[in-house]
Amino acid sequence: MHTILSKTMVTERTWHMRVAAPLVARKCRAGQFIMLRIHDSGERIPLTIADWDRDAGFIDIYFQEIGATTELLATLQAGDSILDVVGPLGNPSHVEKITGTFVMVGGGFGIAAGYPVARAFREAGNRVIAVLGAKTRKLLICEEMLRAVCHEVYVATNDGSYGIQGLVSDVLQGLLDGGEDVRLVFPVGPPIMMKIISQMTLPHKIKTMVSLNSVMVDGTGMCGSCRVTVAGKTRFVCSEGIDFDGHEVDWDEMMSRQKMYGKQEAEALSYHREHGACCGGVR
Amino acid sequence: MNDCTKNLTIAERCAIPRHSMPHQDPAERVRNFNEVALGWDRETAVAEARRCLVCKNPQCVTNCPAEIDIPGFVQKIAVGQFLEAARILRASSALPAVCGRVCPQETQCELTCVMGKKYQPVAIGRLERFASDYALFAEELQIPDPAPPTGKKVAVVGAGPAGITVAGDLVKLGHDVTLYEALHEPGGVLVYGIPEFRLPKKIVRLELDIIKKLGVRLVSNFVVGRTATVDELLEDFDAVFLGNGAGAPSFLNIPGENLNGVYSASEYLTRCNLMKAYTFPGNSTPVAQGRKVAVLGGGNVAMDAVRMSLRLGADEASILYRRSRKELPARIEEIENAEEEGVKFNYLVNPVRFVGNENKWVTGVECLRMELGEPDTSGRRRPIPVKGSEFIVDVDMVVVAIGQSANPIVASTATGIETTERGYFIADDDGRTTKPGVFAGGDIVTGAATVILAIGAGKKAARAIHDYLEKGVWPEIST
Repeated sequence: MHTILSKTMVTERTWHMRVAAPLVARKCRAGQFIMLRIHDSGERIPLTIADWDRDAGFIDIYFQEIGATTELLATLQAGDSILDVVGPLGNPSHVEKITGTFVMVGGGFGIAAGYPVARAFREAGNRVIAVLGAKTRKLLICEEMLRAVCHEVYVATNDGSYGIQGLVSDVLQGLLDGGEDVRLVFPVGPPIMMKIISQMTLPHKIKTMVSLNSVMVDGTGMCGSCRVTVAGKTRFVCSEGIDFDGHEVDWDEMMSRQKMYGKQEAEALSYHREHGACCGGVR
Repeated sequence: MNDCTKNLTIAERCAIPRHSMPHQDPAERVRNFNEVALGWDRETAVAEARRCLVCKNPQCVTNCPAEIDIPGFVQKIAVGQFLEAARILRASSALPAVCGRVCPQETQCELTCVMGKKYQPVAIGRLERFASDYALFAEELQIPDPAPPTGKKVAVVGAGPAGITVAGDLVKLGHDVTLYEALHEPGGVLVYGIPEFRLPKKIVRLELDIIKKLGVRLVSNFVVGRTATVDELLEDFDAVFLGNGAGAPSFLNIPGENLNGVYSASEYLTRCNLMKAYTFPGNSTPVAQGRKVAVLGGGNVAMDAVRMSLRLGADEASILYRRSRKELPARIEEIENAEEEGVKFNYLVNPVRFVGNENKWVTGVECLRMELGEPDTSGRRRPIPVKGSEFIVDVDMVVVAIGQSANPIVASTATGIETTERGYFIADDDGRTTKPGVFAGGDIVTGAATVILAIGAGKKAARAIHDYLEKGVWPEIST
């Protein structure tokens, strides 16, 4: 049982949760994730570890209410418990001192997953820029956290309500055109954004590592649910990733596999909205 | 009863026909998830036990990896001492109620049963199941007192058949045992792989309750290699046993294999068994409900998957297998169960490609017809493709059940433990790896095999670990 220490809404339907998980906090590094199961009939879902405190024994996670499980998770309060939290899973992001600039491109609530990687690159002595994207200003998350660890932070909003009006790819293009010596790009967010950024950096031969968010069951390499084709080879995101070379990922396959349970997810959502009271989390 | 058994002559024993076990009716059982084989009543068990000749030199035992005193427990059943029979079973095995259900007895104890030479072998597996179940559900089951504490600590990695065996044997010898499990529920393949209709989860839980009562500390949700490495475990423990299983699904590596609707057997069965997707949306893990299902492979796992798909509503479920019925590696009983339930068997076909629709969902398996040639290294006749024989099997779901390979998480994060080229731990007959204090056994040493072989490996390793803890000597390994 893992106690929820705090819960904060960071924007609509998107939450920050601090969870007691000493064994995970003890070992985790940037780029790793947990599998979480709320209660005995719940599914296991992967969530990236956004931050941690080894001494206090907690981890921070961010999630958006997009399905039955995340909607249920959002109903839990500080003091409630989550039945299972296992991790840290996946390989840590490969962090090193590079020549030139590291750019984390974050979209939507993926920004939270990019935060620890940006911080780790900063700690490794790199010049670090964050490019953050949101539909509109009030949906932008984690900006202050990133300002604290990056040399520069740029924001793009679709409606121009904050930062530049446009997409994160426009900002990245601006950086490239402006002569920034970008050597490593780390897009994290919706797959379509990661695909577009990877396509953009390819002609510039800029190394692009992507953090993939596939459908998982066990999260330890046992089932193959998360498999994706990278450089023509089937790879397991949970045990061999979650970071891969964005230029080598078969994005169309990755995106179609992510939607495999679309119909059932909608069914589960309406079922849980109807029966929510009896299937609630552990209070 | 006692006397009458003793008085049976050999001829009289031989004259008793082997007893069958009642099964749920096939038409009925494909609509539920309940156990297919229904067990025996006392009278049937006693009658079957009386067939045993109680050989002076019992051949059945020599072929039992768990080294069970088979004539001993069978004789206790014959005289109605069922708890005593169970005690004998449990002295050698931590999982007798499991083995009584899933062991391939026809290739082990029952193969060498002397009765089988002229008549039918004694139904040892069914007797094992009877006595173990009787004790599991009896209130007066006695848990033996553990030996005095030795002060030695052992970490067992993986709560599957090998790990449960090692933990059970070592705790009885007085060692302090912690059993680590990566998933949220212990049992390994017994809970994520083998379906309820073949092995009820309640049986596994009851067997695990016993080793917990013996004093084994169970830690779930702990992924050795991630949550802590083997090297870190060695800082806290005097010995480590690695029984983490093969645990990585093999694929055919043919075009279209990542289409939606194509599962590994591990994923399909994990969703259905461990995560109970068959009760979706009550349980929130989804699984595809194929109408036309093809399962590739011919082992027990393939049989489990194809029979599961029928229970989840498939109109047509077939096995695609490269060789013929004779070469199917699955247990005879499971093949017969599948046949009775209406599974179609397509023999001598080899999948070469998966075909999908515009939504990237699988719609067909392109296959080649095969013919059998000369025997290969496994002694089975090698299948050879027939040129130009391509044809497409229409499907909307596929399960690839062609085996498992080594999961690299434990090995890649440990130092000094050598593996084979395919990632399995190198270990001697007693499970010693190349790193002092670290033992391994089960599928992660042998490659995917059976529950009983993992139990056998666990028994040997437990003895070697005990010896190591007592003497502190690490011999040169000879592999």
